[in-house]
Amino acid sequence: MANTILNVDGLHVGYRVYGGTLKVLDGIRLVMDAGEKIAVVGETGCGKTTTMKSIMGILPRQAVIRKGQINFKGRNLLTPGTEARGMRTIRPKGVSMVFQDPIAALNPVFTVGQQLSDVIKYSRGQTKQLSKQSVRDAAIEVLKLSALPDPERILTNYPFQLSGGMRQRVCIAMALSTAGDLLIADEPTTNLDVTIQDQVLRLIRNLVEEQGMSLALVTHSLGVARQMTDRIYIMYAGTMVEVAPTEGLFDKPFHPYTKGLLGSVPKLTGEGIGLGIPGRIPDYLKPPAGCRFYPRCEEALPECKDNKPELYDVGGGHRVACFLYR
Amino acid sequence: MPENILLINKLKKYFPTTERDRYVKAVDNVDLALKRGEILGVVGESGSGKSTIAYTVMGMYSPTSGQILFEGQDISCETSRRPMPVKKDLQIVFQDPGTSLNPQRNILQILELPLKVHRLADPDNTIRKVIELLEMVELSEEYLYKYPRALGGGERQLVAIARAMATGPKLMILDEPTSALDVSVQAKIVNTLIRLQSELGMSCLFITHDLSLMRNLAHRVAIMYLGKIMEVAPTQDFFERPLHPYTQMLLSSIPVISKEEETLKPDRITAHGEIPSPVDIPPGCRFHTRCTLAKDICFTQEPDAIQIGPNHSVSCHLFSED
Ligand SMILES: Nc1ncnc2c1ncn2[C@@H]1O[C@H](COP(=O)(O)OP(=O)(O)OP(=O)(O)O)[C@@H](O)[C@H]1O
Ligand SMILES: Nc1ncnc2c1ncn2[C@@H]1O[C@H](COP(=O)(O)OP(=O)(O)OP(=O)(O)O)[C@@H](O)[C@H]1O
Ligand code: SF4
Ligand SMILES: [Mg+2]
Ligand SMILES: [Mg+2]
Repeated sequence: MANTILNVDGLHVGYRVYGGTLKVLDGIRLVMDAGEKIAVVGETGCGKTTTMKSIMGILPRQAVIRKGQINFKGRNLLTPGTEARGMRTIRPKGVSMVFQDPIAALNPVFTVGQQLSDVIKYSRGQTKQLSKQSVRDAAIEVLKLSALPDPERILTNYPFQLSGGMRQRVCIAMALSTAGDLLIADEPTTNLDVTIQDQVLRLIRNLVEEQGMSLALVTHSLGVARQMTDRIYIMYAGTMVEVAPTEGLFDKPFHPYTKGLLGSVPKLTGEGIGLGIPGRIPDYLKPPAGCRFYPRCEEALPECKDNKPELYDVGGGHRVACFLYR
Repeated sequence: MPENILLINKLKKYFPTTERDRYVKAVDNVDLALKRGEILGVVGESGSGKSTIAYTVMGMYSPTSGQILFEGQDISCETSRRPMPVKKDLQIVFQDPGTSLNPQRNILQILELPLKVHRLADPDNTIRKVIELLEMVELSEEYLYKYPRALGGGERQLVAIARAMATGPKLMILDEPTSALDVSVQAKIVNTLIRLQSELGMSCLFITHDLSLMRNLAHRVAIMYLGKIMEVAPTQDFFERPLHPYTQMLLSSIPVISKEEETLKPDRITAHGEIPSPVDIPPGCRFHTRCTLAKDICFTQEPDAIQIGPNHSVSCHLFSED
C-alpha cells in the first residue's frame, strides 16, 4: 500500500457574511499518496482555493470550519473549537504554497529582493547564520531557476514594476525556496506564455520528483493537468464530483459536469467555442439540498433533488459522485 | 472614417532602472493596426510588453516615442489630457482581477460609476442598468451589494468585464480577461464578447496566452517577443503556416487534451537558452539566443518586417530575399 501523506475527509467550510453563512465546502474528500501528483480542476468559485487554504491553515477570519478532518503525515490538523468560530487549525510543517493571486501574495511596499531574502532567511536561518551575500546568491539562484530573466534587476524592483507573469514566477520562486513534503500550486502558470509555462512546469515536476515531494496542482487548464499529473479531482460547488487517473478521465468522463467542462475547452482544431454549461454555480447561502449540480444537470434523476450522491466506483480507480452510476 | 480604428506607429516605451542610462525597453518600435470591427489577438512571451502596449494605448503611460491614433485622432498622451468621448469609447479589462476593483465599493457602486461619469443613465433607472450589465455576464442580482473580496477570482473578472461594457465602448482592450476563469465560464464570456462584438461592431485587442482560445476567437494574431512584433497573420495562416521560429516554438508548447490536437502542433521544440532581458536586448535578431535556426547574419543585423502574404508579415532573416 502506498503511503498516504494527506487525507482530507468530510471537510465542511463556510464563510460568515452579512445575511448568513456561505456553505462553500460540503464534505470534501481528498487523499494523496507520498510522491503523487494530483490536479484539482473545477468551476470558478467552486472552492479550490478554500480547500487549499484549509490545508495550509491560512483561511481568512470570516471562514468557519464546521466539521471534517485534515490529516497530514499522520497528524490531525483540526481540533474542536467553539460553535461560532468553528474548528481550530494547526499550520502544517513541510507544506508550501504558490498563491493564485500574485498581487495579494506580494507586499507592494517592499522590493522583491527584500521579500525573497526574508523568506530564505526564515526557512534556512533558524539553524545557521547566513551572510547577506549568501542570501542574495540564494535569491538570485531561485529566480533563475524559476525562468526569470535578469534576476539582479528583479531584486531591486517593486511588484508593480514587473509583468504579471514575472510576479507569478517570483511567487513560485518563494514557494520553491521553502519547499518541503507537499507543494500546493494554485494556478501557478495562468499568466505565463506557453513556452515559459512549459519551462516552469518542468521545473516544478523535476523538483517534485527529485525530492520525492507530492504536488497538488490547482488549474483551469485541463491540458496542463493532463501533462503534469497522475490523478485528477473534478470539483463542483464545494464537492468532489469525480476522481480518476488522468488518462482515464480524458478517455471517458462520467459526471455530467465533467462532460460539460471537457466540452468547453477550446480546441486547436478551431471548431469554435462550446456554449459552456447552462446556468450558474448555486447560491452558497441556500445551496441545493441534494446533488449540488442538480439545478443545472440535464440528466438528473428524481432522487438527485433531495439526496447527496456518494462517490461510486466505476472501475479502474475511477470514482464518480452521481446517481447515474450507483 | 479611417479604416483602422487604432493605429500604432513606431511606439516605444522605456522604463528607467536603478542604474543611470539603462532602460527597460518594454516596447521597442511597435507598428500595429487594428481594423474596425476586428478582433486582433496579441500573444507572446511573458514580459514582452503586451500589457505595456495596452496601458500606453489607454493613456496610463505616455509613450517614450511614437504615435497612437484612435479613429484618426492623435492620443499619444496621458488620460488626463484626453477628451471625454475618447475615454468613453476606449475601455480595458485588466489582467489581475484582484486589483482592478476598488475594495471599498460594492458591485453596485462599482458598476454605476461609469454610468454616472458618462451620464448614461437617469438616477431612477441606474439600478436597472446595473442589473442588465450583471445579466450580460451571467451574474444575478444578489451580487449588487457584495464587495469584491467576497467574490472568487473569476466572478471578479466578470464584474470587471461588465464595468468595461457599461459605456458601450468602440474599442475594448482585454488583457488576459479569462486567464483566471475556468473553461466553462470562459466559454460563456467569450461567446458573449463575440456576440457583443459582432452586434455592436466593437473592435477588440485581445491579449492572451491561451493559443487554443485565440484559434477560435481572433481574426488576426500578432506575436510579440521582447518588445517587438515578430509575426502578424490571419488566424488560420498563423496556426497552419507559422513562419517565425518563435511562433513555431510557442505552438509546439501548447498543452492540449487529445491526440488529435497533438498532431496539429509543430514537432516539439524544447525551449532552451537563457531568456534575455529587455534591459540588454541581444544585438541582431533579438530571438537569436534561443533560436535553433539562427544564421550568421542573425547575430549582427536586426531583421525588418517582411510581407509574405496580403496580411501576413514576419521579422526573420530566414525569409529575406538574399
Ligand atoms: N473571504 C471570503 N468571504 C466570503 N466569501 C468568500 C471568501 N473567500 C471566498 N469566498 C467565496 O467562497 C467561494 C469559493 O471561493 P474560492 O476562492 O475557494 O474558489 P476557487 O475555486 O478558488 O475559484 P477561482 O477558480 O475563481 O479561483 C466563492 O463563491 C467565494 O465567493
Ligand atoms: N511601471 C513599470 N516600471 C518599470 N518596469 C516596468 C513597468 N511596467 C512594466 N515594466 C517592465 O516592462 C516589461 C514588459 O512588461 P509587460 O507587463 O508589458 O509584459 P507582458 O507582455 O504584459 O507580460 P505578461 O504576459 O507576463 O503579463 C517587463 O520587463 C516589466 O518588468
Ligand atoms: S532572424 Fe535568425 S535568429 Fe531570428 S528568428 Fe529568424 S532565424 Fe532565428
Ligand atoms: Mg482560486
Ligand atoms: Mg501582461
